[in-house]
Amino acid sequence: MTKYILKRIFYLFLTLFIIATLTFFLMKLLPGTPFSNQNRMSPDQLKIVKAQYGLDQSVFVQYVRYMGGLLQGNLGTSFQFNNEPVTALIGQRLAPSMQIGAQAMVVGTVLGILLGAVAAIRKNTWVDTLATFISILGLSIPSFVLAVLLQFYLAYKWHIYPVALWDNFQSSVLPTLALAALPLGNVARFMRTEMVDVMSSDYIELAKSKGNSAWKVVTKHALRNSLIPVVTIIGPMAVSVMTGSMVVENIFSIPGIGEQFVKSITTNDYPTIMGLTIFYSFLLVVIILIVDILYGFIDPRIRLGNGGKE
Amino acid sequence: MEQIPNVPKEKFKFVHDENNAEQEKIGTPSLTYLQDVRRRLFSNKVAVVCLTLLSIIVLISLFAPLVAPHNPNAQQVILSNLPPKLGNLNIPGFNGYQNMGGHMVDAYKQAGAPKGTYYLLGTDYLGRDLLSRIIYGTRLSLIVAVLATMVDLIIGVPYGIVSGWKGGRTDTIMQRIVEIVSSVPNLIVVILMMIILKPGLGSIVIAIAITGWVTMARLIRAQTFQLKEQEYVLAARTLGESSTKIATKHLIPNLSSTIIIQTMFTIPNAIFFEAFLSFIGIGIPAPNASLGTLLSDGQKAFRFLPYQMWAPAIILSIIMIATNLLGDGLRDAFDPQSDD
Repeated sequence: MTKYILKRIFYLFLTLFIIATLTFFLMKLLPGTPFSNQNRMSPDQLKIVKAQYGLDQSVFVQYVRYMGGLLQGNLGTSFQFNNEPVTALIGQRLAPSMQIGAQAMVVGTVLGILLGAVAAIRKNTWVDTLATFISILGLSIPSFVLAVLLQFYLAYKWHIYPVALWDNFQSSVLPTLALAALPLGNVARFMRTEMVDVMSSDYIELAKSKGNSAWKVVTKHALRNSLIPVVTIIGPMAVSVMTGSMVVENIFSIPGIGEQFVKSITTNDYPTIMGLTIFYSFLLVVIILIVDILYGFIDPRIRLGNGGKE
Repeated sequence: MEQIPNVPKEKFKFVHDENNAEQEKIGTPSLTYLQDVRRRLFSNKVAVVCLTLLSIIVLISLFAPLVAPHNPNAQQVILSNLPPKLGNLNIPGFNGYQNMGGHMVDAYKQAGAPKGTYYLLGTDYLGRDLLSRIIYGTRLSLIVAVLATMVDLIIGVPYGIVSGWKGGRTDTIMQRIVEIVSSVPNLIVVILMMIILKPGLGSIVIAIAITGWVTMARLIRAQTFQLKEQEYVLAARTLGESSTKIATKHLIPNLSSTIIIQTMFTIPNAIFFEAFLSFIGIGIPAPNASLGTLLSDGQKAFRFLPYQMWAPAIILSIIMIATNLLGDGLRDAFDPQSDD
């Protein structure tokens, strides 16, 4: 197990290194410069500005510098946004994104588990059909469409929540709901399939025949065993919530990293784009690694026999 | 020993001749695998409804130039932001009336539209017919999705087959590459590609396909691993078939169900990405419409002119829901054991 974890951590760093290198060179291929808007700059001034950011050096020197900085946790300085270090930008904007992301994950997963479990217990009844329908809606309707609809009805028409604001919990409700739909649909579907499987297994029959109440059979035996595989889809779901948050944050004007990312794309702010790409990838690989390891600990039947992968 | 009497031939008669044939007759025609799949698919009501809906949408977008009532990019600024109107039918919401300062006003009369002009879904801020734009937009979105899916297939299927067939070292290296590609969130790669490439249809397709093939490659590899242990593959090998021939003659036909099912899940994904990119403004460039640009335009005016958002939102959602459900239906049809 230790060996496996160490190996995975090694690959994690290898992956991050490759991603950082690719992003760096891709950014160098970009058309235009971040200073093309400031057309009032004289060639001399432009030279000074370029020297300040190290853009006058050869690409290789820039690359070595960037990677060196990366090792020290330095993601460079933003060209726009008042020359702030990218790490500082991320730091300031991390909290709202994390809050919304975490809320969406929790709400989505919990409701999804309930919905899936209910659908499986009441299999082939109208409850099942309704639950399946809800989960398909959650899976299919893009989060930004949902976000706009929620904004129009709950905020603009009925004044229940603020339209686009970021201060208290109230303002995080709509973005959370918009983002929670996808994990909800995903988990519910997955949960239903698992639970249907588990409910027809021998140990459930045994638990029933021992005279346990239906409630006890479900909570003590069925639910627990169906939950294990659900852990595996948490990683990919976190990714979709992260990407969904980019545009949802824009719609609700939330000062998060997703909004920052979209903004830095439109302003050609290379260091910020690079920094955020690496940051997003880092979060993603770490989440997937944690989920994989957790899975090994939770389910004794697996124990990462074949490397934890198919 | 008793002599067997010589019985003339004519005395022999088949017992229950007709009945026997009746009993032995195979009542239902024997079905091939594909016929069986089709039967199962068509007995699934949800899948049939989705298939019909999708066929209608595909047909309309195929014949867009014939179906669309107006030129989707023709601007008529005087007739901008007109609400939907269904001819002279007086249906609330579709009668060309608009709420202005608390009163319902005939927006068409106010804009000075010539008598008899009406737009089924209204017009946008440049006076372009929304219905025509939606038809053309759906067409563009579907083209992007189909092309991206094709590229997915072209890269993903051979990659998966080679990886699974060769095994060993080749497989390890190929799987590492897959792991690295899949560990970057696809949307980020797609966005990076969109920044580098010139905006346009081709770029979107490339950007979507560059990460999209991974899932297909993984599934195909796993399947190939199983298939290559099959007897018929062993037989083909023993007979000295070349690897390419085994792949095309034996593997791909047996992988077809996996490929078809996965394709049905790739299409909504591609549609989503296109809509997403266009929504944040780095997708299909103006003046062409796609579902994403229509949504983004609609969202800007949503507060006052909600109809501009509703129509593309509904169409996009219908396509997404229908493809997802049809994918489910196909999976059940191809592999009846997969679900309950």
